[in-house]
Amino acid sequence: MTDPALLQVDGLSVDYLTPQGSARACSDISFTLRRGEILGVAGESGSGKSTLITALTRLQRPPAVTSAGRIVYHPADGEPVDLVAQSERALRRRRWRQLAIVMQSAMDCLNPVMRLGAQFTDVLRTHDPSLDRAAAWQRAGELVRMVGIAPDRLPAYPHELSGGMRQRSLIALALACDPDLVVMDEPTTAVDVVMQRQILAQVLRLRERFGFAVVFVTHDLSLLLELADRIAIMYAGRIVEIGSSADLYHRPKHPYTKGLRDSFPPLHAPLRELSGIPGSPPDLRDPLPGCAFGPRCPRAHAACEQAVPPLRTVEAQDVACVLYDPQNPEATAHA
Amino acid sequence: MPDTPVPAPRGTSDSVAPVLEAVGVSKHFEVRNRGGNNAVVRAVENAGIALHRGRIVALVGESGSGKTTVARILGRFYAPTEGEIRLHGRPVAAGGIARRDYFRKVQLIFQDPFGSLNSLHRVRYTLGRALKLHGHARSRREVEDGVIDLLRRVNLTPPEQYLDKFPHELSGGQRQRVVIARALAVRPEVLLGDEPISMLDVSIRLDVLNLLAKLRDEEGLALLYITHDIASARYLCDEIDVMYAGQLVEGGPKEAVIQSPKHPYTRLLLDSSPDPGRSLAAGSASEGLFTATGELGEPPDPADPPTGCRFHPRCPFAMDECRESFPERTEFPDGQWVHCWLHQKGRAHLLAPAPPAQSLKETRP
Ligand SMILES: Nc1ncnc2c1ncn2[C@@H]1O[C@H](COP(=O)(O)OP(=O)(O)OP(=O)(O)O)[C@@H](O)[C@H]1O
Ligand SMILES: Nc1ncnc2c1ncn2[C@@H]1O[C@H](COP(=O)(O)OP(=O)(O)OP(=O)(O)O)[C@@H](O)[C@H]1O
Ligand SMILES: [Mg+2]
Ligand SMILES: [Mg+2]
Repeated sequence: MTDPALLQVDGLSVDYLTPQGSARACSDISFTLRRGEILGVAGESGSGKSTLITALTRLQRPPAVTSAGRIVYHPADGEPVDLVAQSERALRRRRWRQLAIVMQSAMDCLNPVMRLGAQFTDVLRTHDPSLDRAAAWQRAGELVRMVGIAPDRLPAYPHELSGGMRQRSLIALALACDPDLVVMDEPTTAVDVVMQRQILAQVLRLRERFGFAVVFVTHDLSLLLELADRIAIMYAGRIVEIGSSADLYHRPKHPYTKGLRDSFPPLHAPLRELSGIPGSPPDLRDPLPGCAFGPRCPRAHAACEQAVPPLRTVEAQDVACVLYDPQNPEATAHA
Repeated sequence: MPDTPVPAPRGTSDSVAPVLEAVGVSKHFEVRNRGGNNAVVRAVENAGIALHRGRIVALVGESGSGKTTVARILGRFYAPTEGEIRLHGRPVAAGGIARRDYFRKVQLIFQDPFGSLNSLHRVRYTLGRALKLHGHARSRREVEDGVIDLLRRVNLTPPEQYLDKFPHELSGGQRQRVVIARALAVRPEVLLGDEPISMLDVSIRLDVLNLLAKLRDEEGLALLYITHDIASARYLCDEIDVMYAGQLVEGGPKEAVIQSPKHPYTRLLLDSSPDPGRSLAAGSASEGLFTATGELGEPPDPADPPTGCRFHPRCPFAMDECRESFPERTEFPDGQWVHCWLHQKGRAHLLAPAPPAQSLKETRP
């Protein structure tokens, strides 16, 4: 019953080449995204979430360079392609139609001097030149209605809309050309929880209808646990654990995942004292030989400093931690 | 992680006089609207808040609901348009208490730990200056000891390691603790925290919340904690007050407000807040009161707020009364209170008992 793969990411690394040295912001990232799946990406500020998203959609700009890896995209009709090897022209044809993106700040993505409706008809007619103006406007109206905006708002300029409306327009715009994949980088961080829930309920409903997959980036793990099918936890540029939302919530394996889960006090469950994760993330320009989380990890021991632990399948999830290395004597004590 | 239970909230302290109190305060701002005409933003309307020694009150509400304005009125950054502020029962308005004496008792902590410290000064200087300014230390020795004591109280230990650091050499959480230490240097009785953790990384937020809880428990500070995040309000506070579009709509002991909200807006807020424990608990989904179909409700325009109860355009229970006037306060025996016509009109059963909240994934048609 697993859906076919939509995106296979294999050994992806992204470096920022700066005068102060090079920083590996994504390091050896591998995962498979299935058709129609919502994959959440969570992690602290600076863990590489936005870097990953821009690399996936090939929207990265210098000083970022993809230094290794492949991103194999499986179109519904046609042969798999490695997006890393594609030309900018070929990629441009895929954007909106196959891969769409919703950024954190709607204001940065909407054109401030263009009416909302015109932004929709532009995108629609670029990708389907046979569409006439009236039909495109009609379609734009249907799209904004899907996200709870009345079509009579189409003549408005972005600044005349509330923040929540702008964010919802952006989501509707991303869905305009019926893409296979929508990546969203903190799409609701700037809106209130009530609006956030309304937006996300819409996204889920639309996914049900159109079957697109979503990569959803946020620092808010408590939100992802409710929204995503699977979650990847990033720390210092690496995926340290990936698994279903339920497994990550009930049975987190990596000490970092546990710490992150316990950084969100419950709304209804009994309260107990929580402590978060003391310390701060490492400098990516000067990586440690072993596990990057070691210096903050409550379970760190000598084996952690030996080498960067690879992702291993442990029960239902994959985790990168020596506590789950069968060769490690400390691991048996834990399991 | 330790499994110690969080100390139970103290009983309501109606018997004890509040340290700081806002009584019927309103704040109206004159602004110029898009047409170039003068308009009035009714940011806060007839609000009352009481802060007690050794207790934390959370003020929650959506963006633009007036939380910061309340904090600024309490901090005497703004004079209220109506109503008054009382410190130990004494009105503080013109002539009451000199501003300097007031700031000694009441300190405000802002959201942004990056903007609120001078980047040119070391920690030692920033804290030492606050101690000297308020006459709590004179000699070099006293200043040094005072600074070290402050750093200890905010858990920046060993203190010697932080004395000579510049703000940019500290993490966000450490910086916010220096900001709190600077506020403590004044030996205030009241701390007003305006979203003190929202700019911090999630992993270090609890650390700052635990510090605020410690200051309440060990030093008896009275605290106002402003936040969007009702789960963090429950974790830290004793009492939660809910604000909507400038009006305080509900308040009371935190568990009462969270487990049995009496205002439809509080319900909406709670139903909308992420709570993985709820939605991942097997099969607990049912349709919520607020299903997001068709037109989505928009927050009101503060320059042209709805009449009566400002929530009525988004309220599924709105009646004629709600459009006409703001309801009186209904009080409950446990100290909870609400401004909602449902309780005045004997229709509260529409709200309670709260059905299990809707889980995001179950909102599919
Ligand atoms: N243009 C850039 N030049 C150099 N380094 C960069 C650049 N952009 C990002 N980085 C570095 O790459 C790392 C990952 O950054 P990224 O923006 O991907 O993190 P993030 O997880 O999205 O964080 P946040 O939650 O704050 O958005 C960080 O250490 C950051 O300092
Ligand atoms: N100095 C001012 N002049 C004019 N209007 C103001 C001023 N300060 C605040 N307002 C308006 O008053 C209302 C309440 O603002 P306030 O900052 O108190 O809200 P808030 O609850 O703190 O919001 P947030 O959660 O976004 O910080 C808003 O509509 C705001 O635009
Ligand atoms: Mg980012
Ligand atoms: Mg504010």
